[in-house]
Amino acid sequence: MNGISEVTSRYLYLYKENIDRISGMSSPYINSFRKGAFERFSAMGIPTKKDEAYKYTNLNIFFDHDYKSYFIPETADFIKAEEFRCDIADLDTLGIVLLNGFYPTINGKLHQLSNGVWIGSLNEAALKFPELIEKHYGKYANSDTDGLVHLNTAMAHDGVFVYVPDGVKLSKPVQVVNLVQSDEDMFSQHRNLIIVEKNAEFSMIICDHALSPNKFLTNAVTEAYVGENAHFDLIRVQNEHNAACKITHTFIHQEKNSVTSSNNMTLHGGLIRNSTYHHLGGEGAETSSYGLFLADKFQHIDNYVSVDHASPKCTSNQLFKGVLDEMATGTFNGRILVRPDAQGTMAYQRNNNILLTDDAKMDTKPQLEIYADDVKCSHGATIGQLDENAMFYLQSRGINKREARLMLMFGFAHEVIQNIKIEPLRERMDNLVMQRLRGELSRCASCMVKCG
Amino acid sequence: MEKDQDKILNDVTSGEYKYGFHSDIETERIQKGLSEDVVRIISAKKNEPEWLLEFRLKSYRHWLTMKMPSWPNLKIPQINYQEIIFYAAPVQRPALNSLDDIDPELKRTFDKLGIPLGEQKHLAGVAVDAVMDSVSVKTTFRETLAEMGIIFCSFSEAVREYPELVRRYMGTVVPYTDNFFASLNSAVFSDGSFCYIPKGVRCPMELSTYFRINAANTGQFERTLLVADEESYVSYLEGCTAPQRDENQLHAAIVEIIAEKNAEVKYSTVQNWYPGDKDGKGGIFNFVTKRGICKGENSRISWTQIETGSAITWKYPSCILRGDNSTGEFYSVAVTNNHQQADTGTKMIHIGKNTKSTIVSKGISAGKGQNSYRGLVKVLKNASNARNYSQCDSLLLGDKCGAHTFPYLEVDNQTAIVEHEATTSKIGEDQIFYCNQRGISTEDAIGLIVNGYAREVINKLPMEFAVEAQKLLQISLEGSVG
Amino acid sequence: MLVIKDLKASIGGKNILKGISLTVKPGEIHAIMGPNGSGKSTLAAVLAGRELGEVTGGTVTYYGKNLLEMAAEDRAKDGIFLGFQYPIEIPGVSMVNFMKTAVNEQRKYRGLEPLSASDFLKLMREKKEMVEIDSKLANRSVNEGFSGGEKKKNEIFQMAMLDPKLAILDETDSGLDIDALRIVANGVNKIKRPDNSFIVITHYQRLLDYIVPDVVHVLYDGRIVKTAGKELALELEEKGYDWIKKEVENSIMV
Repeated sequence: MNGISEVTSRYLYLYKENIDRISGMSSPYINSFRKGAFERFSAMGIPTKKDEAYKYTNLNIFFDHDYKSYFIPETADFIKAEEFRCDIADLDTLGIVLLNGFYPTINGKLHQLSNGVWIGSLNEAALKFPELIEKHYGKYANSDTDGLVHLNTAMAHDGVFVYVPDGVKLSKPVQVVNLVQSDEDMFSQHRNLIIVEKNAEFSMIICDHALSPNKFLTNAVTEAYVGENAHFDLIRVQNEHNAACKITHTFIHQEKNSVTSSNNMTLHGGLIRNSTYHHLGGEGAETSSYGLFLADKFQHIDNYVSVDHASPKCTSNQLFKGVLDEMATGTFNGRILVRPDAQGTMAYQRNNNILLTDDAKMDTKPQLEIYADDVKCSHGATIGQLDENAMFYLQSRGINKREARLMLMFGFAHEVIQNIKIEPLRERMDNLVMQRLRGELSRCASCMVKCG
Repeated sequence: MEKDQDKILNDVTSGEYKYGFHSDIETERIQKGLSEDVVRIISAKKNEPEWLLEFRLKSYRHWLTMKMPSWPNLKIPQINYQEIIFYAAPVQRPALNSLDDIDPELKRTFDKLGIPLGEQKHLAGVAVDAVMDSVSVKTTFRETLAEMGIIFCSFSEAVREYPELVRRYMGTVVPYTDNFFASLNSAVFSDGSFCYIPKGVRCPMELSTYFRINAANTGQFERTLLVADEESYVSYLEGCTAPQRDENQLHAAIVEIIAEKNAEVKYSTVQNWYPGDKDGKGGIFNFVTKRGICKGENSRISWTQIETGSAITWKYPSCILRGDNSTGEFYSVAVTNNHQQADTGTKMIHIGKNTKSTIVSKGISAGKGQNSYRGLVKVLKNASNARNYSQCDSLLLGDKCGAHTFPYLEVDNQTAIVEHEATTSKIGEDQIFYCNQRGISTEDAIGLIVNGYAREVINKLPMEFAVEAQKLLQISLEGSVG
Repeated sequence: MLVIKDLKASIGGKNILKGISLTVKPGEIHAIMGPNGSGKSTLAAVLAGRELGEVTGGTVTYYGKNLLEMAAEDRAKDGIFLGFQYPIEIPGVSMVNFMKTAVNEQRKYRGLEPLSASDFLKLMREKKEMVEIDSKLANRSVNEGFSGGEKKKNEIFQMAMLDPKLAILDETDSGLDIDALRIVANGVNKIKRPDNSFIVITHYQRLLDYIVPDVVHVLYDGRIVKTAGKELALELEEKGYDWIKKEVENSIMV
């Protein structure tokens, strides 16, 4: 690419203007990454369709825009954020609310639970636990294909920090509610770091919501370290409005015999890109990567998954499903990489999509790159409509066409939802998806302040 | 048992390339390197009309603005185009009226390759156009075919005898701007085959082109144009070999197929260019653009390829399904052994309504070979009821090789059904043991399994060549399983 | 209840049914036999409303209504049940949800209140016991991962749940072992009443050892070429279909 694009220069400028202020608020270790990351971002730029990893996604609609507000936490709003409660019945979680990418200031920024688990602000943790941060921060989030990861590293300075010590099994999930709210169009970048030490168990739900109708752009990075024999589940529920753009990059590093799952449930959003990177770094690790997206209007949903089998005898399983209505477009790009010594790998990948209208469009790119021979790998992808035979089967039992369609779509989606282990959340998702499919408002009523 | 397998693997991997000889034939060459002058010289050597020279120059100028594609999953060494000889031809007497006029050494060469140029010794029902280095040396059965109105001749001859046909179709499927190697070919192509099947004619025999690189330091840039007029049918086969040399040689060809209404074209390739030695030295760089258009309704183009040769293969025989109800097929077996690399696959572009495509790709990687399937299935907005089914399997023999699958599915029509499946696995030890237990040696077992694996594709070849292909598979893989 | 007159249908321009006439009265069991490709499954599909091909002629009257004009689901709600030769797998849709929807749609059609969850589960339990199906099957997605025999038993279970007036069983016996066959046949016999009817489509006589038909029809080349009592089935079993084919061909010759 010749020179720096206009869009990219916006963000270069943004960095130069704000870097002193950002650095002034952050820990030295986090700051030590900024310059290098900025240089890599400058070289790579805001991804365009010429980048293989963004072949079907045009970011300019959201990136080429004057956002008015950026990095300044507004304390006044925190009170409101603190009041926010998710009310899914029976869902008992440890709640955290992030507002515009910042951890609330009130009541202290870092808590220790009785079992030794630390939950709180990343920025705060970086000051308090420099040795932990030095061991993990910036170690997993890296990309040769996505400049936005570096843009985040260059400028982000707060987000959620979770530390689960050896052998601690947290019975309640941690629920992070990411709120964006502003009177002005806003760009924000937060950064999460999750450390699950060996033999520990932990699950986390991240809910994304936009509370005001402004244009929002979020570029978030999550790094997770999962120690030997540890378990980690991550569930994302994305329910924003059509003027919100959410870019997430999730890097999960796994040690020996660890088990993880990631589940991206996308119900609403103008432009959503979820990149999930699974690094199977220890023998016998297992991961499942799930995704479900339902889109209509002009929404664009892009799921990018990379599973790196870097160690022998690991197992991975990807299942991504999409239903596209009206003018919505979807992209799936799934990659399985089996490195030369990763013998005994089992890796599976499936992507199924349904187009409901002539204007909906789906591009899918499942990929296998295999450098070891003792492997069992497969992938499959389909793009089509509801199965006519199944439709008739339902109708022949007296179920009318509309209901039959709904049931089949629901069944299609449920195959992903059923993998959520937290029962109240699973039921809620089933519910939301059914409502969404029926065309009823599917805003996470329980999770939302009335945001219109 | 593990050891035995390794040993057999080694033995087989070192299987010699049996077409590696070089013939001592007097060859006319031009100076090495590429420039507008060279393009003009080639055109002049062939006494070409002005329009063709213009086409070449246009292509050359465009090529200068282009860069080598970097997207394939291949490690391609720098190619110095100024070190390549772009035109080499066996010296012949001017008029080639009978077989006796052919240089006996040339005849011996083709005999040795199993391609008899004499019609009395012909392969049952196969007409052959034999191309050595830059020119076509002999086309058999022309008269028999001419009686039915079928034109089958060298490309250069077609330019002389049927300029209007060539002009009408050349570059319509693969434009000179298409890609780096297509532009290069359009500038410097030397010869190739031309074939026209008139309306309503079913070509009674297999047509075949045999390509042979002989001269050193040359590139081969042939061009094939195949037009099947309404309601016609033809089955076409190409084969290729080259001498064993330490340096790499470049082969950048273009094949264009046009299928009119209700026409059917089967195009089969058995590609056995010299793959380089077992340390990866030498071998052909095979960078080929092959594309067919199903122009009329109900037309059908079917590509079958057995790719066992070349150091590097970069090739995507494709179908543009423009006519309603047209069908495109791609059946491929690609073998990479030793240091061979292949990035091959297809594109199926659904434009017409009710168009169908089928992709069956079987990759086999052995030694340090790297084998990638890359394919695009694109359903355009108006292509209602398009159907595609793709099955891309990879078989791994040994732990130093790689198998990769890069499908792209782009669907812009709700009524389309596009399905892609791929699996990657190695030959199961239990399968080998099962054979062993029934008294079959490990080597034979591997042969059996690989042939079984590739059968679906091999079965698509014309019979005479299916047997050949099967042998070829065995030779290129012998002992490569661990 | 069902009157078929000179029914003709084609698929993809090919005539499959070439004029079928058949009358089924309440309480009757009709067996339709015939060699492969004779049009048996097409007949079943046309009666159930599968839009496979085109009905090119004839009429079908069901309780005085023009059946061919009714949507598939309305036929079902009105008491027509098709037991599929190849039941469809529907991943993600649970059997419970599937049956509950079907039963309540039928009730709505008949002007009844939907069943409460507990009444519905009670009904499921009853019917499961009645047709002797493994209760675990009902907890899974529709037919997903079922064996061939399980799928067929599931068809009979659904039939019991929906309590049809006319059940068309399309080669329900194919691929069943003798135990499964017995379960299927017992299911049918338990559901059988004086006011409902069955059309049992089968290739073999075997099923008819368990479900005794009132009438046996032989379908050949899109036509009913022979109709007789249950003894016809035995004759077919013994002699195969060739003699029928010959008879038909001879009659055409004449």
